[in-house]
Amino acid sequence: MTLPELGPLWLTLQLGLVVTLALLALALPLAWWLAHTRTRAKPLVEAVTALPLVLPPTVLGFYLLITFSPRAPFGGAYLALTGETLTFSFTGLVLASMVYSLPFAVQPLQAAFETLGRAPMEAAACLRARPLDRFFTVALPLSARGVLTATVLTFAHTLGEFGVVLMVGGNIPGRTKVISIAIYEHVETIRLAEAHALSALMLVASFAMLLAVYSLNRRFPQGWGA
Amino acid sequence: MLALDVQLARPGFALRVTQEFAPEGVTAVFGPSGAGKSTLLRLIAGLERGAAGHVQFGGEVWQAPGVFVPPEARGVGYVFQDARLFAHLSVAGNLRFADRRARGLPGPSRGEVVEMLDLAPLLGRRVGGLSGGERQRVAIGRALLGRPRLMLLDEPLAALDAARKAEILPYLERLCTLHGLPVLYVSHDLAELARLAHRVVVLAAGRVAAAGPLAEVLADPALAGVLGPRGAGAMLAATVAAHHPGDGLSELAHPAGRLFVPLIAAAIGARVRLRFAAEDVMLARVRPDAISALNILPATITALAEAPGGVAVGLRIGPDAAQARITQRSARALALEPGAQVFAILKTVAFARDDLGAAARLDSHPAP
Repeated sequence: MTLPELGPLWLTLQLGLVVTLALLALALPLAWWLAHTRTRAKPLVEAVTALPLVLPPTVLGFYLLITFSPRAPFGGAYLALTGETLTFSFTGLVLASMVYSLPFAVQPLQAAFETLGRAPMEAAACLRARPLDRFFTVALPLSARGVLTATVLTFAHTLGEFGVVLMVGGNIPGRTKVISIAIYEHVETIRLAEAHALSALMLVASFAMLLAVYSLNRRFPQGWGA
Repeated sequence: MLALDVQLARPGFALRVTQEFAPEGVTAVFGPSGAGKSTLLRLIAGLERGAAGHVQFGGEVWQAPGVFVPPEARGVGYVFQDARLFAHLSVAGNLRFADRRARGLPGPSRGEVVEMLDLAPLLGRRVGGLSGGERQRVAIGRALLGRPRLMLLDEPLAALDAARKAEILPYLERLCTLHGLPVLYVSHDLAELARLAHRVVVLAAGRVAAAGPLAEVLADPALAGVLGPRGAGAMLAATVAAHHPGDGLSELAHPAGRLFVPLIAAAIGARVRLRFAAEDVMLARVRPDAISALNILPATITALAEAPGGVAVGLRIGPDAAQARITQRSARALALEPGAQVFAILKTVAFARDDLGAAARLDSHPAP
């Protein structure tokens, strides 16, 4: 049995890590806003956020490809600013994955913040804690379950993406060739042993992550209880 | 001095309060549920952004058109009905949360608070395992360690059963006697308020129905409808004159006469406050004899007012104001009118033991 080359594995892990961190930074304020806003635009924002759940990855990838194109305003501006194109680059892959995994980060967080309610934050405010202070010292720890779920789901979902990557990133070793693409390539070229090894790795890793989430979840306080 | 001139409108509810609160001591905020008591407290704390008007504390403007000081900058201690302890922190962690953010501010030290509320045995405990009473003790301690300039207590005992209430009341009494810390205490339980507060603001349907010394407000016949037959009544200040263990009775001296109550643990000469409800008072034109009731005091009628299901009769018993609730028919039969001399028959059962127990402890800080 030939071992597959490990480049795509490291690239995938790198992508997952960067996307998870960047998406959490984006999803935390967005989910907080969605959980507390009274604006009538809320359903609209929620629907847009949930779109990646139902859109075929190829459709999402197609529109992202168009947006990232150097001839489009967004892609052009990025090119002018950095001298690089977004298409077929790691940065483009990160941005595309963030869009693709957005609902997996936002929805568990929003649910956790809604369960939390205003009560603990009011209590913290009456103890002289400022808004950011009480967000990090009260809201986040009390929403640990939601944060953990969002983190792991985002990470795992990013590892597993295929369609969007293929559309936006292509198959460039070291830059955009992630595991799912590598598996596809191995199958296409009938190198089934390598495909087996990588697929088994994905299966075991994904299962292990989900198992960890569900086990850890039991240890965190549900809601804020007292 | 806390001065309010505020309005808040919600579907089916409107609050409009213009009121000044005393700069020290305990002021009760009393009223039926739905009267707006909690909303008023939340508004003072800065938790109701939808409210309009002015809130002023001392020389500071907390709220005015174009001005809104957020709750974290007001320095109020808020004890919620449901305690609202932080479940991810231990008891000590909850106290530290408050202590850390109030460093350098004047107020009780952590050690003093722990001792005052007997929190030492709880410090290492998780919040989830505390009883309701313990939870409220921690919540009070946490609020105190925020070094507040104004304490707001929103029915801290409402979620507790009678035994837990009795367990925590002494701690509340200690809190309420802390020097220089004004307290607003929301409750719909007058027995509780009689132990803790000396002034009261009565809210009804979002408005202030009355405000003043607790004893006078309780006895005002015009407020009978708002206070209800168990709320209206009186407080008599008396001293312990003798104990009769054989009969299971204590004898109290009141300027209008002698009173007998179930034996209490208070020294001879101790001052006590007695509370009784308007519906536990009967009136007679002549002093009844051969009657089982032990407590009959001469009284003068001061006012008569319509009340739900009867007539509220304002009385003066010695120096104290009091109130009786009787039927229209009795009022006519006795030809009651202001100035008339009557005898007030107080049923012995009207002297609740926990009121007495508290009253015995009140002698260190007598009613104004």
